[in-house]
Amino acid sequence: MTLGIFDIAGRAMTAQLVRLNSSASNLANAGAVSATAEGAYRPLKPVFAAQYEGNTGRATVSVLGVVQADAAPQRRHEPGHPLADAQGYVHVSAVDSNAELVEMVETARQYRNAIEVLETAKSLTLETLRLGR
Amino acid sequence: MADRLDQYFGVHATALRLRSERMGVIASNIANAATPGYKARDLDFGAALRDAAPDVRLSRTSAAHLSPTAEEAPMLAWRQPVQPSLDGNTVELATEQVQFAETALRYRSTLGLLGGRIQSLTAALKGDQA
Repeated sequence: MTLGIFDIAGRAMTAQLVRLNSSASNLANAGAVSATAEGAYRPLKPVFAAQYEGNTGRATVSVLGVVQADAAPQRRHEPGHPLADAQGYVHVSAVDSNAELVEMVETARQYRNAIEVLETAKSLTLETLRLGR
Repeated sequence: MADRLDQYFGVHATALRLRSERMGVIASNIANAATPGYKARDLDFGAALRDAAPDVRLSRTSAAHLSPTAEEAPMLAWRQPVQPSLDGNTVELATEQVQFAETALRYRSTLGLLGGRIQSLTAALKGDQA
């Protein structure tokens, strides 16, 4: 099967959407508190890989999976917290909100680029269909 | 007959195919803007056209133009990044967007040239009775 521009851009959009979803989950869980270190939320990161089509120069992107970053949750002393353990500690998810926001902006920009590619390809295809009329 | 038509459309039919090919390569670069280790590529249009239509020569009208030397010049070349990034990705979105827009424009102009030829052919077939 040959990769058309529509496949390439369409799958790029899917990949960017997965990335946006991970960022959204991470931001939603920024500052989430857990009773145990194991139970604390760990940031999600999508893994992208280029998928080449032989030696044609065309390649699309696929999401190999979404992994949990091994950033250790922060231990914070909060004896009054209902989830605090015997020593009065809670475990806060290690989400870097600033990094996630930057990630979100970049994702949005690349998603927009993919749409731009799709629109250009669409209008050129339509013009080609009208050729000679 | 088909041979004559091919001749009539000349280099434009080949050019249209190559331009669409090049747009696919640049679209791949844009799609992989966030893939670590991805190396951006581009199609050398002149080399590809020489390969597809050997009797056509792209003329060199200025000393600043690159001189097409070897016949075995690769049609696909790696993009040299202005500022390489740490993750090994060599896609620079600004460059790719400009190249994509330029290729789209050139595709459109090739379409226009082809359309003109088709129109004169139709006019000749109809005997211009419209």
